Amino acid sequence: MDAAEPLVARRDGLAVLDAEEIRRALTRIAHEILERTHGGDEVILLGIPTRGVPLARRLADRIGEFEGLEVPCGSLDVTMHRDDLRLRPARALGRTELPVGGVDGKTVVLVDDVLYSGRTVRAALDALTDLGRPRTVQLAVLVDRGHRELPIRADYVGKNLPTSQREVVHVLLAEVDAQDAVMISDEGSQP
Amino acid sequence: MKRHLISAADLSRGDALLILDTAEELASLADRPIKKLPTLRGRTVVNLFFEDSTRTRISFEAAAKRLSADVINFSAKGSSVAKGESLKDTALTLEAMGADAVVIRHGASGAAHRLAGWVRGSVVNAGDGTHEHPTQALLDAFTIRRRLKGAATRGAGLDGIRVTIVGDVLHSRVARSNVLLLSTLGAEVTLAAPPTLLPLAVDTWPCAVSYDLDSELPKSDVVMMLRVQQERMNAAYFPSVREYSRRYGLDTARMARLPEHAIVMHPGPMNRGVEIAADVADSARSTIVEQVANGVTTRMAVLYLLLGGTEFPEVAQ
Repeated sequence: MDAAEPLVARRDGLAVLDAEEIRRALTRIAHEILERTHGGDEVILLGIPTRGVPLARRLADRIGEFEGLEVPCGSLDVTMHRDDLRLRPARALGRTELPVGGVDGKTVVLVDDVLYSGRTVRAALDALTDLGRPRTVQLAVLVDRGHRELPIRADYVGKNLPTSQREVVHVLLAEVDAQDAVMISDEGSQP
Repeated sequence: MKRHLISAADLSRGDALLILDTAEELASLADRPIKKLPTLRGRTVVNLFFEDSTRTRISFEAAAKRLSADVINFSAKGSSVAKGESLKDTALTLEAMGADAVVIRHGASGAAHRLAGWVRGSVVNAGDGTHEHPTQALLDAFTIRRRLKGAATRGAGLDGIRVTIVGDVLHSRVARSNVLLLSTLGAEVTLAAPPTLLPLAVDTWPCAVSYDLDSELPKSDVVMMLRVQQERMNAAYFPSVREYSRRYGLDTARMARLPEHAIVMHPGPMNRGVEIAADVADSARSTIVEQVANGVTTRMAVLYLLLGGTEFPEVAQ
């Protein structure tokens, strides 16, 4: 691809999911969560910052629409539990906000935008252990791009996206990026 | 962020806000069943204390331990220093033991700065003579922000907040660090002290100066009382403790002149009845106990930001 091309045009050319498709994927995941947890009782949605948090919020809203059920929703920052901290300068922490009542005995659904190496999820499992003892932990992701480095899989997947490791997947969400889209680009064009 | 934390002047507004925001996230740790994070596992933090200190040393120790670092406490009493070892030799010994960070408290101004030139790890100044005590200023800023700006404080500075620092500014490293840091964060700082207890070059500091505490009180959002450092009083800076207390001590009557929302701070240890009356120290406006709790959180943030990431390139070579 020509490096002189503007970034947006290049990424637009490779949109894998548009706003409508993201909406449908989340609707399906919300239904699947209800189905698999037998009606969503005792379920907590925990988003992993940054973009997992609005995704968890959206899933909770959907479940509310479908079943009239108020699903507690929060965020879980995994920075302090990452295994690659020493490879980069210290980074700012995200927010951890647990719903009232904590995670003990609950079915916790971790929500993230992209599942890649699985290392973020491993860190999230460690972080969660320090916060309490959930009955079950499940994982929902908008995009599973493969290339796992740990024995981790998602329970709910918006879209399986076969990628090469040279490629970069960007999830854009209206709450953070002012638009909804999933983009794929070559390494060189990472913003 | 720089590799060391020697002076509050080393911190840009962005650095300071990063530390405060990190501390804000770490504060929730105190409410969790497991008050520990694995982040600094395998890192060694040396507490090198040449001066007596309980709260600062314990605070740093708790902060390092909550981040899973190994802590070595070294106090000058009963150590090789008592046998006449120089600061440099002590530093080289610590270096050989593989300290990733050295927290130093020393009676001589500039000791932390000298140490930073001798060791490879990060140096955190925990008070050097009458020079600086940057983590105290950070925890004070954190306390002010939490109390006066509420919960949604992420990214917010202290713009427009009026802070009056009262008392022995001359001998106070806390005052100097606070003036530098609070003004970086946008606060308006006024020093209220007798002329004998103000340093010579105070006109070069980014703050206002007043000799009259009573006129400053009604327009202060924060009053920070400094300890009268009797151990540093080699000359007669004021006629008598009682006279000092009358003019610059914070008693109930003076506290009543403060605006409704104003808070009273003290870095501790307090001389009750000298710079602060017991009623005032125990009142709901006083943040003194909160400051201690916030000290651990803020120091965790500092240690995490200095040690949590990759080694600094100039060290790795």
